[in-house]
Amino acid sequence: MDFRPDSFLAIVPAYNEAGSVAGVVESLRVEAPEFDVVVIDDGSTDDTAARAAAAGAAVIRLPFNLGIGGAVQAGFLYAQAHGYDYAAQVDGDGQHEPAELASLVEAMRADPSIDVVCGSRFVAPGGGYRAPLSRRTGIQLFALALSAISRQRVTDPTSGFRLYNRRAIRLFAGDYPHDYPEVEAVLLLHAHRLRMIEVPVEMHHRNSGRSSITKSRSLYYMVKVSLALLVGLLRRRVVVERADPVPVTAPRRGVG
Amino acid sequence: MPAGIIFAVVVFALVFEMVRRRRLGERYAILWLAAALALVVLASWGGLLASISHAVGIKTPSNAFFVIAFTFLLLLVLHFSSVASRLADETRVLAQRLALLEQRLRAQEPVNGSEDEDEDLITVAASSRSSRTASRRPRG
Repeated sequence: MDFRPDSFLAIVPAYNEAGSVAGVVESLRVEAPEFDVVVIDDGSTDDTAARAAAAGAAVIRLPFNLGIGGAVQAGFLYAQAHGYDYAAQVDGDGQHEPAELASLVEAMRADPSIDVVCGSRFVAPGGGYRAPLSRRTGIQLFALALSAISRQRVTDPTSGFRLYNRRAIRLFAGDYPHDYPEVEAVLLLHAHRLRMIEVPVEMHHRNSGRSSITKSRSLYYMVKVSLALLVGLLRRRVVVERADPVPVTAPRRGVG
Repeated sequence: MPAGIIFAVVVFALVFEMVRRRRLGERYAILWLAAALALVVLASWGGLLASISHAVGIKTPSNAFFVIAFTFLLLLVLHFSSVASRLADETRVLAQRLALLEQRLRAQEPVNGSEDEDEDLITVAASSRSSRTASRRPRG
């Protein structure tokens, strides 16, 4: 038997986050020392990559901006190529608190049937997170829809603060939604019969940079995600076994 | 009608010339040549359009033409959207793989000013691309 300890990877997507990425990497090293850190520089035009590397993270520099989905997927590919047991997404803007990773890991270890642990802002009643009413309403709508579809309680489907096991890493390395991936990913997990649970977390407001979801884009966000959910529901999925690979538009053959 | 014939022939010649200069892949060239050929036929054989529109029950022959042309263009644009989606997907996969490979390279060779090295890779790729387009122009 091999008693190698579990390996953990923190995937930090960052697009023009030079002001906060070093802080995130350093706080990961202090608060979650068991995690290796890979920063995905999503085609930044500032010195995000240099600051992340100086802070001691492995840095993957995408040649141009792929958007959050493509960036995080690059992280999953990295995790898969390096054989990590668990990978967590921790945003480069300082919104996610590295110290909270411990509770995600704890929840993951408590039940081996769980593939993804999601940090939720809303699972605890009266959580401290304050978002504009319109945004909370949107999140609520998707939460209701996903809860109904997956017959599990989903309260925060837009949270990117998640811990994934090997099965989930393999699934998402092969097929991860592009634009606004979090909501659709929950549906994908359900379709592949992977289990996700939520644990309560606190989230900060962004340290610097701007959210990818501006006011003008929020309508597009709602429409795009709704369409993705609808199409995702109607897509025929030949899933024989848990986490079996599915055909995607551009199929990959292994990772080099 | 001769104006129509001239126009159709010009389109045909344009498509043919674009294929010759490798500005248009054969795959799409066949489609466009077929469309240009149809234009030539319709323009030179005036009675054809009238009988087609009569057969499908459209009173004005030009309307029949518009319906056919619009449907053709609609399907073509839809096809292009699907091609663009696939290309975007393939480009994303390439970008991810390139970035992972570069990271691996940099991890293996920490010296030699690795920070500039991948900048160079990208610059080389960009300049080779622009030189290729430039070399195409004089030929045409």
